[in-house]
Amino acid sequence: MHQKIDTYARTMREEKQHSVLMGATASTEKRYSVLHQDFEDPDALRTLAAGIKDHALANLDRYLADAEGALTANGAHVHWATDGEEAKDLILGILRDHNVTQLTKSKSMVAEEIHLNPFLIENGIECLESDLGEFIVQLDGDEPSHIVRPIIHKNRREIAETFQREHIGADYNDDPEIITRRARVHLRKKYFEAQAGITGANFVSAESGRLVLVTNEGNARFGMAPVPLHIAIVGIEKIVARDRDLAVLLNLLGRSATGQQLTVYTQFINGPRGKDQPSGPEHMHVVFLDNGRTDVLASNCKEILRCIRCSACQNVCPVYRQASGHAYRSPYGGPVGAVLSPLLFGKRFPELADLPKASSLCGACQEVCPVDIPIPDLLLRLRDRAKKEHVKSPGTPPMAPFAALATNPAVWRTSMTMSKAMNHLPIRFAPVAPLQAWIKQRTLPEWHGGDFRKWLKERNDND
Amino acid sequence: MSSRDEIFSRIRKALPPEEERPKRPEFVNGDLLSRPRLEGSSLWDTFKRNFEAVNGRAMESVGALADFLLEREFSTGYCDPRLMDRVGSPLAERGLQVETVFERSRYDDYQFGITRATGAIAESGSLIFDDESTSDRLAALSPWVHVGLLERHELIRSIPEAVDRFGASSNIVWATGPSKTADVEGILIEGVHGPGEEIALLLE
Repeated sequence: MHQKIDTYARTMREEKQHSVLMGATASTEKRYSVLHQDFEDPDALRTLAAGIKDHALANLDRYLADAEGALTANGAHVHWATDGEEAKDLILGILRDHNVTQLTKSKSMVAEEIHLNPFLIENGIECLESDLGEFIVQLDGDEPSHIVRPIIHKNRREIAETFQREHIGADYNDDPEIITRRARVHLRKKYFEAQAGITGANFVSAESGRLVLVTNEGNARFGMAPVPLHIAIVGIEKIVARDRDLAVLLNLLGRSATGQQLTVYTQFINGPRGKDQPSGPEHMHVVFLDNGRTDVLASNCKEILRCIRCSACQNVCPVYRQASGHAYRSPYGGPVGAVLSPLLFGKRFPELADLPKASSLCGACQEVCPVDIPIPDLLLRLRDRAKKEHVKSPGTPPMAPFAALATNPAVWRTSMTMSKAMNHLPIRFAPVAPLQAWIKQRTLPEWHGGDFRKWLKERNDND
Repeated sequence: MSSRDEIFSRIRKALPPEEERPKRPEFVNGDLLSRPRLEGSSLWDTFKRNFEAVNGRAMESVGALADFLLEREFSTGYCDPRLMDRVGSPLAERGLQVETVFERSRYDDYQFGITRATGAIAESGSLIFDDESTSDRLAALSPWVHVGLLERHELIRSIPEAVDRFGASSNIVWATGPSKTADVEGILIEGVHGPGEEIALLLE
C-alpha cells in the first residue's frame, strides 16, 4: 500500500498538475510582493490578527451570544445546528416555509463541508452555484480543488467543452472572456428567477452581528438583490469581537488570498434590507454550525480555528502543488486541510490520519499564514494522536531497524562509512516488502553522507 | 437540551477559565495604514489613483460621464430619482434615455445605473454604498456601467476609518473596482455578474 497523497501525485494527468503548479505559484508570488510592498512589517499585522482570533475563540460563548443578540435585534432569525444533518434539515425547513423551489448560492466552504447543495437538489430545490468556478464544478459533477480558486485544476479547453455540452452559448469557444460572458447571461436569468439566496460568511462581528462576505465577482451581492429570503450558513469559529477587528482581517484576507488589497465586493450585513430599499431580502436567517468545531476547540489543535480560508498555505505548499487539492479528500486541501479534515470529520479520523504525514514540515505554511497558525506543530500533534490511537496508515515503512541503528553509536559510525557503497547497491531490488513499497514512488538521491564527522575531526585536529 | 444549549455547553467545557483567556490585543488605526502605494496631492487624488489601479474610472463632471456613455454607444439607463437634477437630467439633455424606476422584467435594457455613494476609501480605491443611500440595489449591480456619486467631504483615508464610520445601516458594501474573476486559468476578466465598468463621479 502506498500513501494516498503520493498516489494522487503520481497518477495525476500532467496537464492538471501543470495547472495546479502554475496557479499556486503565481498566487504565492503575488501575495508576497503585495504584502511586503504595502506594509513595513507584515509579520506584526499577522501577529495582531492571530491575537484577535485567539481572543475571540477564547471567549466564544460570550461573543456568539452577543452576535445572536445583535442580529435578532435587527430582525434576523438565528438558528443553531450541532452537525451537518441538522443544518441541512433546518435550511430545507426555512426554504419550504417560504415555498422556495429555486435559489442561487454563493461560494461557501462550510456548505461544501456538509454537502448542502446535493442535499437540496435531492429534495427538489434547484440550487445553483453562482461563483463561476463553483458553477463549472457543479456542471461537471466535479469537486472544487482549491479554497479560493475551485477550478485551479481545469484549463480553458475543458471548461469550453463543459459549456458546449450544457448548451451554454451557441458553440465551442475557449476564450476566457467569452466563457465569462456566457456564464453572465446564463446566471443573470437564474438570479431573477430565484426565490432565495444562500451564502456563507467570512467573518462575523459580535459587536454588531455584521456578517462579512467577500467576492470578486459580485455573485453574493447579486444573489441577494432580487430575492425575498437570505440564508447564511456560518461556522461558529468565524466570530471576532468588534467591527474594528474586521479592518485588520480584511487588510490580510485579500492580500493573502489573491494579492489584492481588498476583494472587489466586501459586504457587511446584519439584517434584512433597509426600510426604503426596493431590492433585497425581507427575511434573513443565520444558521450557526458546530459540526465538530467544539471538539477542535477542546483539542490540542485549537489554533486551526483561527483560519480565515485564504489559501495562502495551500498555494505555497510543495506537497499540495504536486498532489492537487483532490488528494486531500475533503473540501479543505493543502496544509490547512491536512490539519482540519482529520479533526473536523471526527469519525473519519483514521481514514484521514495519513494527511498530517504528507508533509516535510518545511514550515512555509506558517510563514505565509495571515493568522500565524503553527501548522507544522499541529501536524506533529496529529501524527502523535494517530500513533496513540494505533491508527495504521498505509505506506509508512517500519522505523524499528533505523531506531536500532541510530541509538548505537558504534553501529551508526560503521554504517556511515559503509553507506557510500549504497550508491552501488541494487537497493531497488532488496527483498524487503515495505521498503519496496516506499521506494516505488520515490527516487533516492545519491548518498553524500558521512563527511560531517570527517570535517569535524579535521577541524578539531587543527585547533 | 436544545442544539443551542448543547453547543454553548460544549464551548464552555472546552474553554479555559476567564482569568486564563487571552486578552484582546489593542491597536490604533495607524498600525494598519498601508504604505502609500499611489499617494496623491489630495485625498481625492489618492483615491483616484488607487481606484484606477483596480480598473475603476474616476470622473469629475457630468459632461465627462455623458461623453464616456455616448462614446461607448450606450443609450438607456437608470438614475436615482433624487439625483435627476444633478446627473440624470443633464444626461437626458445630451440625448440619453434616463429612467427613474428599475423594472426587473427589462433588466437587460439598462446599460448604466447611477446611484449615490456614501463615501470612498482612498487607500484601497473603494466606493462605499449602503441600503439607505442606494435607491435600488439592482440598479447598482445589474447594468454594465455603474456610477457612484460622491462629494469631496465624504472621502475617507483608510480601511479602519471606514469601519469606524459604519453607522447603522444593515447592508453596507465596498466596491473596489468592477466585478472580476480569475477563475479561468488565472486570467483577469471583468464584468462577471456585476458591472464591467465602475465609475466614481465626484461632484462638488
